[in-house]
Amino acid sequence: MDKKINVIINGVVFETKPGKTILDAARDAGINIPTLCFHKDLCVAGNCRVCVVEVVGQNRLAASCATPCNENIEVLTNTLKVRTARKHIIELLLSEHNADCTRCYKNGNCELQELAAEYKIMSEDLIPLAPYKNYTIDMFSPSIIKDDSRCIRCQRCVRTCAELQGVNALSVAYKGDKMKISTFFEKSMNDVVCTNCGQCVNHCPTGALIEKNYIEEVWEAIADPEKHVVVQTAPAVRVGLGEELGFAPGMRVTGKMVAALKNLGFDSVLDTDFTADLTIMEEGTELLTRLKKVLVDKDDNYKLPMCTSCSPGWVKYIEHMYPEMLENLSTCKSPQQMFGSLAKTYYAKARKLDPEKVVSVSIMPCTAKKFEADRPEMHDSGYRDVDLVLTTRELAIMIKQAGIDFMKLPDVKHDRLMGDSSGAGVIFGATGGVMEAALRTAYELVTGREVPFENLNIKSVRGIEGVKEATIKIEKPLDNWSFLDGVELKCAVAHGLVNAKKVMEAVKNNEADYHFIEIMACPGGCLGGGGQPIPTNPEIRERRAQAIYEEDAGLSVRKSHENPEVIKIYNDYLKEPLGERSHHLLHTNYTRRERY
Amino acid sequence: MAKEYNLKRADFIFRNENDWENILSRTLDKDSRELINELISSELKGRGGAGFPTGLKWKLTSEAEVAQKYVICNADEGEPGTFKDREILMKVPFKVLTAMAICGYITGATKGFIYLRGEYKFLQPDLQKVIDEFAYYCKEIGFDFSIEIFMGSGAYICGEETALMESMEGFRGEPRNKPPFPTNKGYMGMPTVINNVETLAHTYTIFKHGAKKFYDLGVQFSRGTKLFSVSGDTPKPGIYELELGMSLSDFVDEFGDGDTKAVQVGGASGFLVPRKRFGETSIGYKGKLTGISLPTGGSMMLFNSTRSMFNVLDNYLEFFREESCGQCTPCRVGCQQLHMGIKAVKQGQKPAVYLDKLLKLTETMQYTAKCGLGQSVANSFSSIVENFREEMIY
Repeated sequence: MDKKINVIINGVVFETKPGKTILDAARDAGINIPTLCFHKDLCVAGNCRVCVVEVVGQNRLAASCATPCNENIEVLTNTLKVRTARKHIIELLLSEHNADCTRCYKNGNCELQELAAEYKIMSEDLIPLAPYKNYTIDMFSPSIIKDDSRCIRCQRCVRTCAELQGVNALSVAYKGDKMKISTFFEKSMNDVVCTNCGQCVNHCPTGALIEKNYIEEVWEAIADPEKHVVVQTAPAVRVGLGEELGFAPGMRVTGKMVAALKNLGFDSVLDTDFTADLTIMEEGTELLTRLKKVLVDKDDNYKLPMCTSCSPGWVKYIEHMYPEMLENLSTCKSPQQMFGSLAKTYYAKARKLDPEKVVSVSIMPCTAKKFEADRPEMHDSGYRDVDLVLTTRELAIMIKQAGIDFMKLPDVKHDRLMGDSSGAGVIFGATGGVMEAALRTAYELVTGREVPFENLNIKSVRGIEGVKEATIKIEKPLDNWSFLDGVELKCAVAHGLVNAKKVMEAVKNNEADYHFIEIMACPGGCLGGGGQPIPTNPEIRERRAQAIYEEDAGLSVRKSHENPEVIKIYNDYLKEPLGERSHHLLHTNYTRRERY
Repeated sequence: MAKEYNLKRADFIFRNENDWENILSRTLDKDSRELINELISSELKGRGGAGFPTGLKWKLTSEAEVAQKYVICNADEGEPGTFKDREILMKVPFKVLTAMAICGYITGATKGFIYLRGEYKFLQPDLQKVIDEFAYYCKEIGFDFSIEIFMGSGAYICGEETALMESMEGFRGEPRNKPPFPTNKGYMGMPTVINNVETLAHTYTIFKHGAKKFYDLGVQFSRGTKLFSVSGDTPKPGIYELELGMSLSDFVDEFGDGDTKAVQVGGASGFLVPRKRFGETSIGYKGKLTGISLPTGGSMMLFNSTRSMFNVLDNYLEFFREESCGQCTPCRVGCQQLHMGIKAVKQGQKPAVYLDKLLKLTETMQYTAKCGLGQSVANSFSSIVENFREEMIY
């Protein structure tokens, strides 16, 4: 099976496997070929043509990303013909592109800019085309800005939206010189099935798709002496932020992140992990309640399977695509929104602050969180629960603007009262994490014993597989839960909406009898979120996941119900999971949405 | 020395002896390998313009061992100045259907499609009647092959074979990466023979008269006859069947108006030949040992001295910048730059030497564009700009 073939690249013979492309073979051999439309997460398009190489014996150049190697194929990657062609193609792209780089959000992190610098495109020979095209910038979405004048038509976003997410909010419209990336009837991104997941932003090589940033608003709030600015940090941010600030992927920078936030001037640096633990308490209890209502009471008002609701991209997806199944969605707010409503109630009260003066900021690996904070129902504290949402990338920008030498920062702990977390809260950042955390707590709640896995690690729900399944048999439960004796709890975990679709179709067609489903909109879960550092690819996400599980393993408290602050908040304020106050502050409802 | 007159007219395609039932039954009795060898020995090359050996294409498809294969007749005749396929489908549709069925027999395909150009909608009712009649006969002789019309929607790019298949599958008409070629993975990912209408009509001639008769016509590397769509400044525009290999000067002697300045061979994606090169240019596939040999899908446009070559090129480029599918950089942006570039030179906004920059750019387009459209824009651009440079500037 392991057949090898020889390829000759620039006169040197290398071994490669049949079916590998010229680009693969060259990169394996350490020879760099520039690319733009190519992305490891996506299918091959072969449309930018930057990766062309000379194949000896052929007059035309071959797109190396799309050309498979034959035995003894002879490739030249650096001839005059190749360089001239690449230079021409970059020049052509620049002529079509709004190349006003200094006024671009992606200035400094743009693949086209890098190539232009590499090929030293200095001349302005070609006619700039952008001024002839009447571009408008779509700024209506609270999460994503789409600027066609920066678009190079590589269709990475289109492939992302179709292949990774199965949403197809973005597609190609028109042809020839009018060809562009657009939406259904060219509506705003805010008015189509877009889930705001931001994967298109993560995969865009230029500044055509960017997050809507709220950096200035946060600086203003910090500068206002009247305001008390609290900030929460999502689990996945601590394993991504370092990449923007000089560290290799997979570096945990939790302590430095907290130090940086304090340096920036936030009044209190708290942790979304705390409300992640709280989510487990609420959602775990909700699951057990649903199980009882469905299995014992046969109550039709309760639906199984129950799906998690932490991922706002997923929530908007189900609202559009499966509105008839909204009752399957847990009523729990996401950790961000739970934090938001508590910040202006529980926290403000404990700290003796006027909630009106509290500004609640969150740092998220996510662009959809901006939309979620903007939802009209998210005002349960009496105010807008979360005022401003920044992505990991925006936080990195603020740290750079503040002139902080991130690498040299000491490790600082989160502030207390809503700043403590368990390992279960941390792993929310990886696909399968919510499931694992919920099982750790629910199983113990029901049986009085720890989950029967070594070191509490439920490996079957971890990893990069698109859809994962796990079954846990409940044996010898406590008296209250005797109805669950012998029940096999069937769970599914999906990440990437295209996988969510597979699971939901199976449920819809009665092909699966799950009790509990965790769905995260982004590949790899939040650690691969649309607000995380660019670039993203399977290896980078793998390293971030490792870091998350390391963080969990290193904590002394690894179960949500053992988080001392969680115990405290139930004693002092909420009383019990699904109690009246919880119901008011921590749960929500959903909106049926049309597809068009 | 008096030049030998060697423009040879022929009459195979449109000669209708109404013998298709006979030819079909007779051919289906033969061994399919024998038929492929017959076709290969005729040296018939694709008449759509690209000139791929038809026999080889059928052979490659026949060798694939899968259950489902397809035969597609490419009737998306969109090249400016080409109008011969329409005539074939109007006058001798049975020949095309018969050829498709024989191709099905040889390759193992049981399903055929005619991809009919959107603008040829008016042909559909009559063609459907013929297809129904043909289906009836196939059923009668117990031959399992069905043909369906697929209507195109008017994009030039869908004449490119893989874009055509994308369009048939319900996607945007965008060319695919090659390899894989349609003979391996074509329509619905299955091995597919896709041939131009005229190519199929020629195979009918070959199966009827034998390969030798076809091979004896034309010249080396360019065997057989070809339909020419003659238009422009000519006293007798129309469709003519001629043997391949004729010299352009003979052609102009026959069809010119006495004042022919240049001939565009092969439509907008072909080459413009100025008068001074008529003598050394012949019409046929590449491979001629001496002189220039130009292939054509059939379009022959004659221009006399009243025509501005700038306007001609401007017109072609406007066409290309609109008809590019837009996916690959060299074609999408290149066509816009060429079109705006020649106008900028004409209007004095760019210096004349800018034309040289554009010529280099067309070389890159030729080397790097994803499909034949972007690759061939260079043909008309460079041949017009190089031969009529002063008309571009002044």
